[in-house]
Parts: sequence; structure tokens; C-alpha cells
Amino acid sequence: MAESDTREVILEARELHREFDGVTALDRFSFKLHRGEVLGLLGANGAGKTTAMNCLLGLTLPTSGDIFAFGLPFHQHRIAILQRANFSSAYTALPGNLLVSQNLSVFARIYGVPDRKKKIAELMDLLEIGHLAKRVTGQLSAGESTRVNLVKAFLNDPELLMLDEPTASLDPDIADKVRKVVRKVQQERNIGILYTSHNMKDIEEVCDRVIFLHKGKIVCEGTPTDIVARSSSATLEDVFIKIARDGEIIDETAKDKAS
Amino acid sequence: MNLNTISALVLRYLFLYTRSPMRLVELVFWPVVDLVVWGNVTVFIQKNTNPEFGSFVLFFLGGMILWDIMFRAQQGVAISFLEDVWTRNLLNVFVAPVRTLEYVSATFIVGMMRIIITAIVLSLISWFGYAFNVFTLSWWLIPFFANLMLFGWALGMVSTALILRWGQAAESLAWAIPFFFQPAVAVFYRVEDMPVWAQPIAWCFPPTYIFEGMRSVMKIGTMDWSYLWISFGLNLFYLALAGWLFAWILNLTRKRGLLTKFATQ
Repeated sequence: MAESDTREVILEARELHREFDGVTALDRFSFKLHRGEVLGLLGANGAGKTTAMNCLLGLTLPTSGDIFAFGLPFHQHRIAILQRANFSSAYTALPGNLLVSQNLSVFARIYGVPDRKKKIAELMDLLEIGHLAKRVTGQLSAGESTRVNLVKAFLNDPELLMLDEPTASLDPDIADKVRKVVRKVQQERNIGILYTSHNMKDIEEVCDRVIFLHKGKIVCEGTPTDIVARSSSATLEDVFIKIARDGEIIDETAKDKAS
Repeated sequence: MNLNTISALVLRYLFLYTRSPMRLVELVFWPVVDLVVWGNVTVFIQKNTNPEFGSFVLFFLGGMILWDIMFRAQQGVAISFLEDVWTRNLLNVFVAPVRTLEYVSATFIVGMMRIIITAIVLSLISWFGYAFNVFTLSWWLIPFFANLMLFGWALGMVSTALILRWGQAAESLAWAIPFFFQPAVAVFYRVEDMPVWAQPIAWCFPPTYIFEGMRSVMKIGTMDWSYLWISFGLNLFYLALAGWLFAWILNLTRKRGLLTKFATQ
């Protein structure tokens, strides 16, 4: 469990609160992500995942609360932190009119990657897309594009990686490959990953621990297996639906203890 | 032809105008600019049709070339930013270890590159097509180009800031903003040919000094040095102001959560 985890905390949110025109999108949201851990951030549309991710990336400022990465306050050390982190989302793209190799080369330069060509080639081979280097990025399929985005996300050997629905719009075969690669790289390099997805198979396969958000609040936290057991649900997807509809899950373990 | 379909489409475009004040601005902006510019040109020609002053057409060409230098510098900044928006790459840039100043500097450099290309092309065409050699301005061209580029950069930052704040609806500003200033900076006519009330406004902007200087150099081979210094000083002021506006709006978009909405549209 997170409380007893002795690994280094690489990302921490303390009482993160965000309102948009009087509507609370994130309600005193706190969590810790440890080195080598994959933490899933789950919730229905509008639950606050994207707001949380945007705050953690510095794209949106929280109304109140603090963010620390590698022990440093995020907003005072944004550049130093982003140098050690990376991000990939199904909702962003690399410029479609450039070649894949050109795009990756640009980002490799931005991140100051030494021996850029070698690094890009290694990562492209790892993701089985070495043959795409000279293709125009805008002409790639969704699966190819996702893997190119992941190459960009791994370019600087990040210690912290934020993945926003990386398997969205992928077919089951490519999604499976993406999950396996993410897990492999994460374990080999001991990366801490914050992972959002609506695909519960993704979460069960990739995440060590998950946080369920509902109306900006954490309503449930634990390992996927633990959460399923506590809620007497058959699957994590059932838990997701219960939380999306009722805003909470009935903790059967707690009920048993009380009786 | 289905009239219902046509009326629905008309309504759809009317909705666009009511939802976006920027489009309304655009609707009246171009006619006003055209009217003011050509009105002033007419006055200029009316006042200068004596035989001693037959070369004013060359002033038009010189003015046009220098104007385009400023326009391309502004475009370099604004269009570079829009390229990131159009390709949904903006978030990748903003979550990378890129400082705002670095991002803006890169767009400045793109602006400078656009200037070089524009200057070469326009110089060649004006030389071969109209027997106008821009190099008659000799070394004066360097401070002229430099000052116009600085003001173009400042306008580019302002355009980018406004697009950041108002999103896609404000994209047309990337092209429009320089033309807000065109009537005021005496590109094709002398400041003294402008309405009296407009003349003090003209002297508030750095390009006015450059265009006046250009006409002076073309006519008598030299110009008042103080014009260059005033232009440079004003440019520093406008660059600082534009930089402040850009940083303030960027922070505002982060506060309001507009950056991600805009970048993933």
C-alpha cells in the first residue's frame, strides 16, 4: 500500500483544489506517486482526471494546493522537473507535415538527448516502428502515431511519465503491444508513471495502484484487485460503473469489520 | 435547390458571428483600412503632382518592400505559434522543458528568416520589373530592416497573446494586426500628408520614423539620425510591452485552464 511504501516519492499533490467559474473540478486532491510505480487515475468523464493531469503538468494552475516533483515545488522548478519527466496523450500529436524522424529529432534536441540518432533508432526498434522513420507523421495510422508519441515520451529517459489514455482509439492488438512496451520500459528503467485510461483492461494490466475520482474527489484508492474485492464487484469495470453512477462503492470489507 | 438548407446554413454563419465578436471586427476592419490608406494616398498624389516630384511611385515600391519586411517578421512569430496549434503540437511544447523566452526567441528567428527570403524576392522583382533598386538605400537598409523587424516581433507577440486568450476565433488577427497600424505609420505617404490630428499618433510608432527616413534617403541620400534612435528606443519600449502582455496572458490562460482547451481543439 502507498502508506507503507518506502520508495522515493517522485510526484506529490497536496490538497490540490481547482474551480472553474464556481464549479469544483478538483476537490482537495492529494496523492503520492513513488519511483517505479504505475498509478492509474480513473473516473468517468468530468470526474477531474484531465484537470488533475493538466495541473500536474503545469498547463493549468490550481486554485490552491501544492505540487512537488522529485521533492521540488513544481512551479518554482518547472524546467528542471520537466527535463526529468515526459508526457504522451492520445489527444496531442506531433506536427503532421514533418517526417517522423524530423519530429523526434526536434524533441530530442529540446530534451538535450546525447547521441540523438542512436537513441531514436533504439526506441523506434523497441516499439517496432523502425520502418516509419522516413514516413510523414500525418499519414500514420492511430496505432503507429501512438507508438511514435511514446518514442517521444521515452526520449529523455524520464523518471516520471504521464500517459493520458495512451491506448485510446487503438485496436486490441496494438493496445496490447502498447501496454506491454510501457510495462517493459517502466520496469527496466524504474519509471514512475501516472496513467489515465477508460479501458479497465489497461488499468488491470499496467497499474500497480489506482485512484478513483468522482466530482473531483478521491472516492477509492488501492490495488485493482483489492478494490474489486472490497466492493464485491466482479470486475474493475463494474467498480468504475458503480462509482460513475453512485459516486461511491460500498466497502464490503469495512462493513464486515463493523459487524 | 432547397431553400430550407440554404437558410439553415445562413443561420449557421450568423450564429458564428454572434458567438464570435472577433469575426465582427474583421467584417468592418478591412474596408476601414482600405479607405484610410487609399484616402491618404490620394491626398499625397494630389499634393505632389508637380514635375519636380515625379518619382513618388518609387516611394510606393520602397514603402511596400519595407512594409512587407515588418509584416513577415510579425507573421514569423504569429504563424509559428499557429502551426503548433494547427498540428495539435502545442501541449507537447508546453510540457517540454521550454522556457517562454526560448519559445518566443525561436519564433523571432523564424521571423528573421522570413524577412531574408522576402527581402531577396521583393528586391529582385522590383529591380527587374520596375527598375527600382532597393540597394539605392545602401547601408541604411540595415537599420531600416532591423527596426522594422523589432516592431514586427512586438506585433507578433501581441497577435500570439490575443490568439492564446481568445482561441481560434482570434486567429485572423495573425494577419490583421499589422494592418491596424498601416494607416498610422505613413508607409505610402508622408506624415505631413496625414490629417493633422493623426500626425502625433503616427510619431508614436517606430515604423513611421523608418518610412520617413526611407523617403528622405531616396530623395536626398541621407536622413535625420535621430529618427533611427527614436525608432530604436520606441521599439525597445514596444517589445517590452508586448513581452509583458504575452507573459501576462500566458499566465492568465494557465489560471483559467484555457491553454489545454485551446491546444486540443
